[in-house]
Amino acid sequence: MKLFDIISTASTNTFRSKLRTILTILAIFIGAFTLTLTTGLGKGISHYIDDQLGSLGAEDVLLIMPTTDNGFSSPNDPPKTYDATKKTQNIESEGNRTIALMTEADLEKFRKIDGIESVTAYRQAAMDYVSGPNNQKLVGNLNLLLDGEKHATEVGQMPTNDSDVPQMMIPSNYAKALGFTDAGASVNQQITIGLTNGRGDAVTLAIANVGVSQKSILTSGFIYVNQAAMNKLVTLQNQGAPDSVSKYFQVATARLKSELPASKLTQVKADLKKLGFDGMTVQDQIGVIKTVINGIIAVLNGFAIIALLAAGFGIINTLLMSVQERTKEIGLMKAMGMNSGKIFLLFSFEAVILGFWGSFLGVMFAVATGFGINQILMNGLLKDLSGLQPLSFTLQSVAPIVAIVMGLAFAAGTLPAIRASRQDPINSLRYE
Amino acid sequence: MHQASRTLIQADHISKTYGRGTNAFTALSEVSLGVHEGETIAIVGKSGSGKSTLMHILALLDSPTAGVLSVNGKLASDMSSRDLARLRNQTFGFVFQQFFLNASSSVLDNVMLPLKIAGMGRRQRKQRALEVLEQVDLADKAKANAGDLSGGQKQRVVIARALVNDPKIIFADEPTGNLDSATGQLVENLLFRLNSERGITLVIVTHDADLARRCNRQVFIKDGQIATPVRRVTI
Repeated sequence: MKLFDIISTASTNTFRSKLRTILTILAIFIGAFTLTLTTGLGKGISHYIDDQLGSLGAEDVLLIMPTTDNGFSSPNDPPKTYDATKKTQNIESEGNRTIALMTEADLEKFRKIDGIESVTAYRQAAMDYVSGPNNQKLVGNLNLLLDGEKHATEVGQMPTNDSDVPQMMIPSNYAKALGFTDAGASVNQQITIGLTNGRGDAVTLAIANVGVSQKSILTSGFIYVNQAAMNKLVTLQNQGAPDSVSKYFQVATARLKSELPASKLTQVKADLKKLGFDGMTVQDQIGVIKTVINGIIAVLNGFAIIALLAAGFGIINTLLMSVQERTKEIGLMKAMGMNSGKIFLLFSFEAVILGFWGSFLGVMFAVATGFGINQILMNGLLKDLSGLQPLSFTLQSVAPIVAIVMGLAFAAGTLPAIRASRQDPINSLRYE
Repeated sequence: MHQASRTLIQADHISKTYGRGTNAFTALSEVSLGVHEGETIAIVGKSGSGKSTLMHILALLDSPTAGVLSVNGKLASDMSSRDLARLRNQTFGFVFQQFFLNASSSVLDNVMLPLKIAGMGRRQRKQRALEVLEQVDLADKAKANAGDLSGGQKQRVVIARALVNDPKIIFADEPTGNLDSATGQLVENLLFRLNSERGITLVIVTHDADLARRCNRQVFIKDGQIATPVRRVTI
């Protein structure tokens, strides 16, 4: 029998017992549907993170922090001894956590590492409030824009570190709250940032707002300033403070040589580790978030796979019944010269066809449902988060699901198919 | 039929035993029989006599426990199961008492089955099947469901199916057993016409004495053995 005839015969046979076939397909459908939705969710979220933060990305920027050697430790580890050579700081806001600090001398060491182009101390001013034309004082989260970091803007541009003029960017919901008629009206206007200096006096600095960032769950309420603005703010904040405050800092940013190969990057990180510091690219930081999300998605996928395994037993059951019912037919085909291998294929293909229809319909239905859910969420709950598509499907992500289910169905079909292929034509045809 | 005609199947001292030890049951013992080209043989016996087992062995559906079987001069024991399957597909046709038609498929699909197994192309096998249906006067039923036909029509479809691969031998197991005498007669006539017009050898298992009498030879099986000497009739 030719392969095409085997497939078409198997296809016809599959639908001979319609109700049973439909129920089996339904079981596979449920599994494939769930698996498609959970992988779609994983894809959607990781796409979103990539879009929002991946652009942050400049692969060539490394954040350097002292390897934390603080009071926290695993319950099984002995408490660590104090190292007088390491300057530490106690941060109350983070639950009295002791964090290590670094000095200009450390930066010199970093500059000597092969692969590092330049190093700057990452100094962060603590903002008290931000205020605009209506003189409302609003709290916010002040951030230095790193080299190469990108954010989607609603209007205007992002601040740039190439400029010596202080620049800032406010999130879209701040524009109206600060007293501008709309986001557009805030561009190229001065916005005041209030801080407290070392003497405890309230001081302010007006900075030109060059753009408004799009809403995002990851950076909501983040006010970005360029290096020039941050330098001025830090100087202002450190007025009257003891020297030690400006001498020590928590984080440095290093710019890597361009086109640095991944192996070299690993070497740079290892060199930093030897000095007692951790180097992290933005990708590494996103990697941590992604690992958590991937873990959650893996658990969800696990449930879908359990459903598919259950469906696999459904296939075995269905085909065993088919083999039983068609004993005489199998005997007849063998008597007429069909060999065992082809009988095996005939029943295996039947399993694969069940798998195909179950998974194909499941995937199609899941994609349609996914688009529906996306529409509802994007017009409702997630309306303000531009660019977030909770469920994302591509041919490359759904085609393997169909392939995997067909493979699983083939595996499930082997037992009944072997049973069919081993049937003795005489016993099958015997009548008395 | 004269002595010089070619021997298609030669069985020498064939025995078939089912089970082992004290439960062993001997269905055939020391049976020798030659099937010659163009002849008609009736294998006659009561149910349980071993006549069906003999036919199954001759038709290569079953293998003997002891004895030698050769087909076209080649030993069956030397052939692989794949070779045996091909031989059955190309040289044998089967007619069963219980028809074994796929009731939910069309008459045409049922008749085409041996050609489909042989790997013949779709167009070719359809044409061939229609020719054969013509020969059994059922061309107009080609598209009908096999399950909707009468008994006589079903058996004619079965004969068409047996004929479709242009066999040398047709094995018929109680071909008229499920039919009334008038339809049975029609089916018998059809089979014997194939023998006389096209030289197809017939091996018919039956307990119908009238049908047996129409054959060149009758082989009487009793308790797994040939009961009377083989009577040869020359035509």
